[in-house]
Amino acid sequence: MSKRVLEILGEKFGHDVLETHSQFGDDTAVVSPARWLEIARFLRDDPRCAMNMFVDITAVDYLGRQTQRFEVVMHLRSLERGHRIRLKARVGDEDGQNAEIDSVVSVWKGANWFERETFDMFGVVFRGHPDLRRILMYPEFVGYPLRKDYPADKIQPLIEFRKVQDKLPPFGPDEGMSFGRQTHDYRRDEPGGEAN
Amino acid sequence: MTAPGTSVRVIEGSETGFATTKLDALLNWAKKYSLFQYPFVTACCGMEFMAMASPRFDMARFGAEAPRFSPRQADLLWVVGTISQRQAPALRRIYEQMADPKWVLAFGTCASCGGFYDNYTTVAGIDKIIPVDVYVPGCPPRPEAVLDGLMLLQDKIARGDREPGIVKPRRDAAVLGGNLVKLGKKDKAAT
Repeated sequence: MSKRVLEILGEKFGHDVLETHSQFGDDTAVVSPARWLEIARFLRDDPRCAMNMFVDITAVDYLGRQTQRFEVVMHLRSLERGHRIRLKARVGDEDGQNAEIDSVVSVWKGANWFERETFDMFGVVFRGHPDLRRILMYPEFVGYPLRKDYPADKIQPLIEFRKVQDKLPPFGPDEGMSFGRQTHDYRRDEPGGEAN
Repeated sequence: MTAPGTSVRVIEGSETGFATTKLDALLNWAKKYSLFQYPFVTACCGMEFMAMASPRFDMARFGAEAPRFSPRQADLLWVVGTISQRQAPALRRIYEQMADPKWVLAFGTCASCGGFYDNYTTVAGIDKIIPVDVYVPGCPPRPEAVLDGLMLLQDKIARGDREPGIVKPRRDAAVLGGNLVKLGKKDKAAT
C-alpha cells in the first residue's frame, strides 16, 4: 500500500535512497543519513505522503555485521492516507564513533523522548536535539547498555551494596542469576539436582 | 441493664486479680498487632498487593491495614516489585527515615533476589541495600503466601527474632493426597 511512497521517495531523492524493501505490506527505505532530516520533512509535508504521525524511533546494533554499525529506525504513519513507512539510516563505525544523525524533533515534536532513549541506550547522537540527555538511566551511568559490546553482567550501582552476612539457603552468592550465567551441570537424580 | 431476677455484684479491691508478663513480651505483642505499613510499590506485584489489601484476602485482619505513605509514620516497609539501580538510593533513604523499630518484607521474587532480571538495571535483591526480615517468593506470590509472610513476621516480632525468614511453599492438600480435584467431571462411582 505504501509502495507508492517508496516510489515518490526514489524519484525525489534518487541515490540517497540506498535500498527499498516491501514485504507483507511493510515498506522500508534505507536512506542516506546526510539527508535524514530533509527526507523526514518531505514525508510530512508532501501531500502525497502526509506522514503526520510519528510512531517511534530507535536503533539496532549490528556489531560486526555491517561496516556502519547502527541502524536508526523510524516508523511513520499517515492518518489521512492510512499508510505507513519504515525509514532506516546507517550510522557509526565499529567502535561506535561518529554515530550521529540529525534530530527530527523539529519535524515531529513527539520524537523528543524517543531520540533521548535511543541516545541513552545506544549512544546515537542526534544533532540539533533540544535536550539530549539520558532518560531511562541515571546521569552517572557510563556507557550505553543496549550496545552489543556492553558486558551483560556489568552493573553500575548508585549506592554501595551491603556486605550481607545473613544469607539464607535459597539466596546464595549467585542469587539473581539462577538460570542465566550459571551452568547446571549436574544430573537431575544427583544430590543437588532438581529432583531434590 | 440487667435481666429481671439477676443481681449485679461489683468486684472490689483484692478481688480484681492481675496478669503478669514481661515488658518485652507486652511491647512485642503490641507491635505485632499495630503494624503501620509503607507500601513501596514499583511493578506488577503492586496489583497483587492491591488484591491482598482488598476484601477478598483482607490484610486488615492482621492488624496491619494502616498504610502510611510517610516513612516517619510507618514501621513495616513492603517492597513490592522490581527495584532498579536508579531507585535504590530512594529505597534506602526511605528505609533510613523510618523510625525504629522497623521491619522489611520483600514481596515477590524481584524484591527478594532480582527475579529473572539479570542485567544492568535491576538490583538483584533488596537485601543488597537494606536488611530484610521476611522474603515472600513467587512471581507473583499467591496472596496466601503473602499472608503467611505477614504472620511469619508477626511471629518473629512476638519472639523478638530478627533473623531473616522465608515463606516456604505450601503443599496443596488435594495434591498431597494424590487425588487431584477434577473440575467439571463427576465421579461415576459416586453417582
